[in-house]
Parts: sequence; C-alpha cells; structure tokens
Amino acid sequence: MTADISTKILNVKLANPTILASGIIGVSGAACCYAAKNGAGAVIPKSIGPKEREGHNNPILVEFKGGFLNAVGLPNAGIDNSLGEIEFAMKNAGVPVIPSIFGGTKEEFGMVAEKMATLKPQMIEVNLSCPNTASDLGEAFALSETAAAEVIRIVKDKTKIPVIAKLAPNVPSIKKIAKAVEEAGADAISAVNTMPGMVIDVKTAKPVLHNKQGGVSGHAIKPVAVNCIYDIYETVKIPIIGIGGVTTGEDAVEMIMAGAVAVEIGTAIYYRGIDVFRKVSDEIKLFMEENGYSSIKLMVGKAHK
Amino acid sequence: MFLTRKMIKMERPLERPQIVEISKSIDEAEGIKTVFLKSDIKARPGQFVMVWIPRLDEKPFAISYSNGVEIGITVAAVGPFSNKLYAMNPGERVGVRGPYGTTYHLEGKKIVMVGGGYGAASLTMLAEEALQQGIKVKFILGARSKNRLVYVERIKKLIGSDNLTVTTDDGSMGIKGYVTDALQQLLKKEKIDKIFVCGPDKMMKAAAEIGLAAGVKGEISGERWFKCGGMGLCGHCCVDPIGIRLCVEGPVIDFETAAKITELGEYHRVKSSRKEKIGVHQTEV
Repeated sequence: MTADISTKILNVKLANPTILASGIIGVSGAACCYAAKNGAGAVIPKSIGPKEREGHNNPILVEFKGGFLNAVGLPNAGIDNSLGEIEFAMKNAGVPVIPSIFGGTKEEFGMVAEKMATLKPQMIEVNLSCPNTASDLGEAFALSETAAAEVIRIVKDKTKIPVIAKLAPNVPSIKKIAKAVEEAGADAISAVNTMPGMVIDVKTAKPVLHNKQGGVSGHAIKPVAVNCIYDIYETVKIPIIGIGGVTTGEDAVEMIMAGAVAVEIGTAIYYRGIDVFRKVSDEIKLFMEENGYSSIKLMVGKAHK
Repeated sequence: MFLTRKMIKMERPLERPQIVEISKSIDEAEGIKTVFLKSDIKARPGQFVMVWIPRLDEKPFAISYSNGVEIGITVAAVGPFSNKLYAMNPGERVGVRGPYGTTYHLEGKKIVMVGGGYGAASLTMLAEEALQQGIKVKFILGARSKNRLVYVERIKKLIGSDNLTVTTDDGSMGIKGYVTDALQQLLKKEKIDKIFVCGPDKMMKAAAEIGLAAGVKGEISGERWFKCGGMGLCGHCCVDPIGIRLCVEGPVIDFETAAKITELGEYHRVKSSRKEKIGVHQTEV
C-alpha cells in the first residue's frame, strides 16, 4: 500500500504535514525557502510586528535535559520593511507561506494584519502567545479568553484571509480559550506556543538567558502539547495545527491522532538537521504503510475514537 | 524501522556556557588583544566559540589558538561587549561554548592566506597546520594602518619575512594599498593551489572574485550577526538568496558558494533583522 501524506488546512493543500514553525530560521524570505527546500510542506516566517524591534541580547537560547529554552524577544524589521521578505518567500518557496503577525495592542494586530493582507497570503497565523515579551508588550493575549477573542475579532475585521490563532499551553483551561477564538471567527488554531521556564547557571548564580525567563520547547513540551491538542479537538470544529517537540515521524503521528491536521517543527532542526522535515515526512509515510493508513485524514483525531 | 528517541544521539554536553577563567591576555595591536581562556575546547581553524558575560551579552569569536588546555580568541575593542572583554583581567571568569561551524580545508602544495584586520587570527592558526603538513604558505596581511596590524611577528617566525606581504591603506607599513591588489600580483607571478581569506565582507568578496577569475580554488570565512550562535535555530545568519546558515553551513565556505551569496559585501542584517548597507571600507571590519 502507498500512503498519501498530503494534508489540507482549510482549503490549502500541503504535500506533507510538516511546517516550519514561526520563530525558527524564518528571519528572511531566503531562510524560509531554505526550509522549504529541505522538505517543509509549508513555512511560517518569524512573527512580524508593527515596528522594528531588536529583541533581547544574547544568550537567546540554552539547552536543558529534554529541550531548549528560548527568549529571542520578537526581533523583526517591522511590517513595512518585511513585506519584501514575505513576498520573496511566497514567490520562491514553492510551498504555502503563512505569515505570522504580532502586536502590543489589538489595534496593532489589526494594522499589521491589514498590511500583510495586501500580499494575499493563503492564511495568516496570529501569534497571541509569545511568552518572552511581557516586560514591554505585557501579558500574552492567549492567556485570557477576552483578550484573545478581541484580537481575533479585529484581525478578522481587517482581512478576508483565513486566520490561525496560535495559543499558549500555560492556561487553566485551553478549551475555554479555543472556544473563545473560534467564536471570534478564527478559521484554525495552532497549538501550542512555548511555555515559561528558566535555567540558572549555578557557578555565576545568574539566569543564562539574557531575558532570564524563556519559552520551553523540544521534547519536554510534547506531552503538554498533545494534551492541549486533544482538549481543543474535543471543543472546537475548526482545524488544529500541532506544535511542540515534534522530532520524529512517530511524534507527528501522535499529534495527528490527538487531532492535528498538520504539525509545526522547530527545535528538532537542532537535533536532526535542517532536513528534519524530509526525515519526519519519510517516517510518517513509513508508519502509515506499516500500519495500514492510506491517508493522513484517517489518522486525524484517531485517539478520540 | 522507525527512528526512536534512543537512536537520537544524546551523549554530548548540553548547549550551555561552561564557566572558565581568563588565563592571560596579550596585546596584539591598537585596541586588539588575544585573550586566553582555560578551556579544553578543541577547535579547528575557522571555527568559532560563543563567549558569554552574564547580564551583558554573548558574542562569537574566531579561535586563534587551541591546544586542548587553553584557547585563544582575538578581541578587538569595538562595542560594549568587546570593550568589557578587552578590559577583563586574568582570573576573571566568562562563559564559553563551542566550537561551532565549518573549518578550512587544506589542499595543494602552495597556498596563500589573505587576512584583513583581525581576520588574520584564524588564518595564522591555519598556516601553522599547513606547515606541519609540508604545504608552502604565503601570507598577505593588511590593515588600515601599521598600528592595526596583528600577528606580524608570529607570521614572520612561521614562514619567514620573504613569504609575508604586508599592505596598509595609508602606506604606514609595507605596500600602500589593499590585500586584494597584492593577491592579484601574486597570482600573476606564482602558481598557487588554494586561497584562504578572512577579513571584512567587501575584501572577501573581491578576493573570491579574483580567485574564481584566475581559476584558483579558495575559501572565505563569512560573518553575520549571530544570535543562537552555532545551534542553527534562530535564522539570523541566513544569507540571501540561498538561505544557508553561516553559523552551521559556515562560517567557512568555498568561493563558489560565496559567489552565490548576493548580499556578500553589499548588506547584512542588524540586530532586528533589518537590512543595512555595508560600508565602503575594504580592509577592516
């Protein structure tokens, strides 16, 4: 049996279910194309905000047993300087490019979405959940049902392009947040962003990350993500994109069985190289063939049945 | 059949800074020092380490010495971080992780090193390796002016004064002019098997073009803003239009790859990722 590993998010077809996660690699259009060339079924560039931001000083990334902790601080050139990069990716990547946007206020989200929409991307991911910018941008919108819904509503109001709401795992009930963004008009949900953590160097008694606190990614976040996706799948009808520690084909299948139609990959680039997308896709295909699944669709939400 | 977690190699140190002492530092030129760290990091020429000063920043440095007990890095006091590191004393501690990135590939019977400013650091270490392998080494070393030249004595001792050509922009030492002029002259006179280049962007671009036109192989050591620095995750050092990461697929790249990087010598990305034009200065970073 030959397994078909293509998948669909809304009406957008992906040749395989692996997507470059926002915040990893995708600083420029060329960088996004590099991930696509290495097998990503779609790419999400680094989040773009209303104006230029430098982000945090180094170190921005540190490892612990089981994953990484990052606090990059949303550096970006600002929407006006970034449209060219997104356009380059859309022209040259050969796979769907899903821009990611953020703002410090809901009005900023609306403004960035409106400008991004001029490029007519197939979807936009709304980053409601960066855990590392509280010092200047305030608490992440994804931590509150009202705040998350307000952002989605204004973004939907400013553009006709389908909107993916990217949620945070560190909330008392992700079901409530998922329901709130669905009701506000979100067309899909991506879950989850990283969650706050800290690594302290004991010799100097100083947190390693310059921002002190950072977001946990990699293996450690995976069961948290699978649980969130499982809960969201039970609560909403809109499609889910899974993110959090996907490193192997087996990890991707697990997320799909929890309810995801596709998975985003980031940290695994460190563990397995830039061609992790191709490797994971091959492993998904092999799993499907060995276990009698002819399509991704047959596995989506399978753990609920 | 399936790649499981056990098959992913985890027997390696975690990616985080090791805290080490500064053992000594040596003045090399005006505002340039070699700082030695008590670290057992074994690095090959061209590779780099990330040096961390807690609560300040973490920056990449090319290795200029490595013997398994100590590493030497070349520090030019140009910004808040390098000024602080430049001013630190033996016994004080910093964090260090690495080595990262690609290394130069020695080949042929006679090679030339082309170093601009403190870019000569990694090339001097490479010259030592080449001599051990019986390869003849020529060295072209340039800087803005005499007081900015590094490793002149170290190189002379290694290969003899006859094999060293010094250029300065202002003519205060050696030939008045650029290292690339001297490279062109050398290639006309002698058969060179490979060119190794480290220095400012515009100079490396010009040297690669000269090498490609003359049909001589070569490598440059590229430099861009490093954030995650060697882990290959942040994407800040991806170059246009091919997208490769200079901290993983570089810093050492061959002339053919360098020729594909249209931003080389033209622009780089600043801390935010906004593109910024590279200044006209050819000899120093």
